Amino acid sequence: MSANKAINILIPIISVLLGLIAGAIIMLVFGYSPVEGYKALWEGAFGDIYFIGETVRQITPYILSGLAVAFAFRTGLFNIGVEGQVIVGWLAAVWIGVAFDLPMIVHLPLAIAAAALAGAFWGFIPGLLKAKLRVHEVIVTIMLNYTALYIANHIIRNVITEQKDRTESVAKSASLQAEWLTEWTQYSTMHMGIILALVAAFLMWFLLEKTTRGFELRAVGFNQHASNYAGMNVDRNIILSMVISGAFAGIAGAMEGLGTFGYMSVRSGFTNIGFDGIAVALLGGNTALGVVLAAGLFGSLKVGALNMPLAGVPTELVDIVVALIIFFVASSYMIRWLLSRFKKEGK
Amino acid sequence: MDYVIEMLNIRKEFPGIVANDNITLQVKQGEIHALLGENGAGKSTLMNVLFGLYQPEKGEIRVRGEKVKITDPNVANHLGIGMVHQHFMLIDTFTVTENIVLGSEPKKLGLSIDLKKAEEDVRKISEQYGLKVDPAAKISDISVGMQQRVEILKTLYRGADILIFDEPTAVLTPQEIHELIDIMHNLVKEGKSIILITHKLKEIMEVADRCTVIRKGKGIKTVNVSETNPNELASLMVGREVSFKTEKGPAQPKETVLSIENLVVKDARKVDMVRGLNLEVKAGEIVGIAGVDGNGQTELIEAITGLRPVESGMISLKGKDITNLSPRKVTESGVGHIPQDRHKFGLVLDFPIGENMVLQTYYQEPFSRKGILNFKQIYDKAKALIDEFDVRTPSEYTKARALSGGNQQKAIIGREVDRSPDLLIAAQPTRGLDVGAIEFIHKKLIEERDKGRAVLLLSFELDEIMNVSDRIAVMYEGEIVATVKPEDTTEEELGLLMAGSKKQKVGES
Ligand SMILES: Nc1ncnc2c1ncn2[C@@H]1O[C@H](COP(=O)(O)OP(=O)(O)OP(=O)(O)O)[C@@H](O)[C@H]1O
Ligand SMILES: [Mg+2]
Repeated sequence: MSANKAINILIPIISVLLGLIAGAIIMLVFGYSPVEGYKALWEGAFGDIYFIGETVRQITPYILSGLAVAFAFRTGLFNIGVEGQVIVGWLAAVWIGVAFDLPMIVHLPLAIAAAALAGAFWGFIPGLLKAKLRVHEVIVTIMLNYTALYIANHIIRNVITEQKDRTESVAKSASLQAEWLTEWTQYSTMHMGIILALVAAFLMWFLLEKTTRGFELRAVGFNQHASNYAGMNVDRNIILSMVISGAFAGIAGAMEGLGTFGYMSVRSGFTNIGFDGIAVALLGGNTALGVVLAAGLFGSLKVGALNMPLAGVPTELVDIVVALIIFFVASSYMIRWLLSRFKKEGK
Repeated sequence: MDYVIEMLNIRKEFPGIVANDNITLQVKQGEIHALLGENGAGKSTLMNVLFGLYQPEKGEIRVRGEKVKITDPNVANHLGIGMVHQHFMLIDTFTVTENIVLGSEPKKLGLSIDLKKAEEDVRKISEQYGLKVDPAAKISDISVGMQQRVEILKTLYRGADILIFDEPTAVLTPQEIHELIDIMHNLVKEGKSIILITHKLKEIMEVADRCTVIRKGKGIKTVNVSETNPNELASLMVGREVSFKTEKGPAQPKETVLSIENLVVKDARKVDMVRGLNLEVKAGEIVGIAGVDGNGQTELIEAITGLRPVESGMISLKGKDITNLSPRKVTESGVGHIPQDRHKFGLVLDFPIGENMVLQTYYQEPFSRKGILNFKQIYDKAKALIDEFDVRTPSEYTKARALSGGNQQKAIIGREVDRSPDLLIAAQPTRGLDVGAIEFIHKKLIEERDKGRAVLLLSFELDEIMNVSDRIAVMYEGEIVATVKPEDTTEEELGLLMAGSKKQKVGES
């Protein structure tokens, strides 16, 4: 059993290494120095306190969107709609943030709760359709992504503002930004949301692994027939799973709305936080701890990449490296096979 | 001596368990060689080694005298070894022919599949070996027996002349078993060699030439079938005497526990499968349902347990109406259910076996409190059940998937019996179990009866029905057509009743 665990940890690490090596090769091919490139990447992510702050800020929504995808996945559902759930969460948080003037102790939790609720509702729709009518959640969630995007744009333009392209900034009492943190990280955009993200990761772990509800959700994810036989309400668990998943995604949106930006603007395209969440969940093996680590990697790569042009390497390359890492994780079967080969030889 | 297959001193370990410990198996050209052993003895493992699915830690394999290394099933195919797995590996939406040629299709000009030629080939082979199939039929439309013939044809099409059958008869009806035995005789006549895994000693006596017995991963003995008898085989396998006739005192039926009136149940295609059925099971008796598969037995049981809606009629348990209650409510009102399809319904295969032991009770104390699971209590319970029901597993943390088929079944039975339900429904409880385990399960069922529980037994094995039941209800086309006592009937008479000859009989008497 421990050999198996070791393999499960080794595979993502090897995937990442292979991705980095492949990235280095591509840099070489195009005439850039991989050493310089990766050095710039590292410094761009962890070079000083400012960069670290930026990296943490980027990691925060990734943890939550990764949890959203992973949670659904653990219960047998493929939530492609995290993107849309992030958008409605973002909108709801900002709306509450600009519309009220309340003491912080009420305002901030209220804004976050609204984001979670909005995301949960956006997850509830595909959950309900799946449970009652067996409509596949992938199709519904993809469509709901677009619906979310355009509804949000419409509301920003016509309801929250008068034909403006962005909302006001949220009231201080609803903001996740903290002056001491901003100053300490030399005016990075880091905010308190990271605490919330880590708490969410803990909650997901606890809910899935320690509670009777989690027992049911996991059972339904593995075998609906046996769950039904055992007296679990399969439909209710499917809906619940999408609702919880959507709530995580909604909170990811709140991180942007109340933390990073403090407002929401009309968007011409997706945030990609939700889509990147799919990769984060996959890389993290759909476990809470794995998601936190994978989000750490993704966030670092993303922020560090901004520094790479200084070394002459185009940022697009980082996207290629990330894509390669996912590729290697997806083909983990191959790595598993290679590992077992090596073990045999070793014997 | 010319052996086609020699597996010498094979050792295969799994984490925490030695599945094959220095086993030697030698198969002669043209024989049917039976492989016999208790559940979890390591039969499937040994065959998976031969078929290249597992690599042995030690040992040597020779095929036709030549030392070989079988690294994967393709190598096995090239060596002429074919395997018919217990769980079929067919694509439902493809036709028989398409399934058979899949992966080695004849090509037209090397491009498109030559379906005509494929169908012709299939027809030829199926005639040669007496394997009746309809090459154009879709897999989803044909019976389990026919699907199995497709699996056999698949191996023959790839040129196999050494065939491995892993418990081929466990899923077949008695009629289909007869046909399979004929097929095996034909295959041997055509020069094939067969390795047959089965728990049914009768079958070994009937078809096999030699039999290798393994016990707890070790090779015990290879015997000539003509020089042995079922009793010797059973005791070689279990290591002690086994009684085939279950000892039991007369039943003392008391109050009615389960009562079913005018029950009508439809299947997924909206066809009436249970048609106005009436049945009673009393406390302290075992009622066996006999019948040919497909006469509504499955639907009946699913209706009682809440897994399938009841169209009309009434089901009551100890006088309480349980018609169309949810499965949870049915379970809570005191029904235990050993399901027919253990992989589909009985277990969450990716859960540890320990957590499977509380699949219906996880939300109750002491396994959880206020929604928080208490893993210590869960695994303590699991450990106790594993010990009591002799489930062979490296530990209670092992995934259910890694247990041998028979041990998965024992785990389910342990879980269901342990809840001490007023009504215990056992659907094919001993399918795939070894004789020792069957004896044990039968004893448990009778013990439950003697504790005053009502037991409803569904089985396609007449032996089992005759041995265990106190009353036999014969089911035909969705109705109970006769109720008889085992001591007043014979297997022949039951066979006739199951074929629907009730009306005639009633007329006579
Ligand atoms: N993939 C696996 N991982 C871990 N243990 C395994 C695995 N496959 C089998 N085992 C263990 O090896 C032992 C032998 O299993 P095997 O399936 O060969 O038994 P069997 O003789 O075919 O039994 P049955 O008659 O019940 O099918 C069992 O104890 C089982 O739990
Ligand atoms: Mg087996």
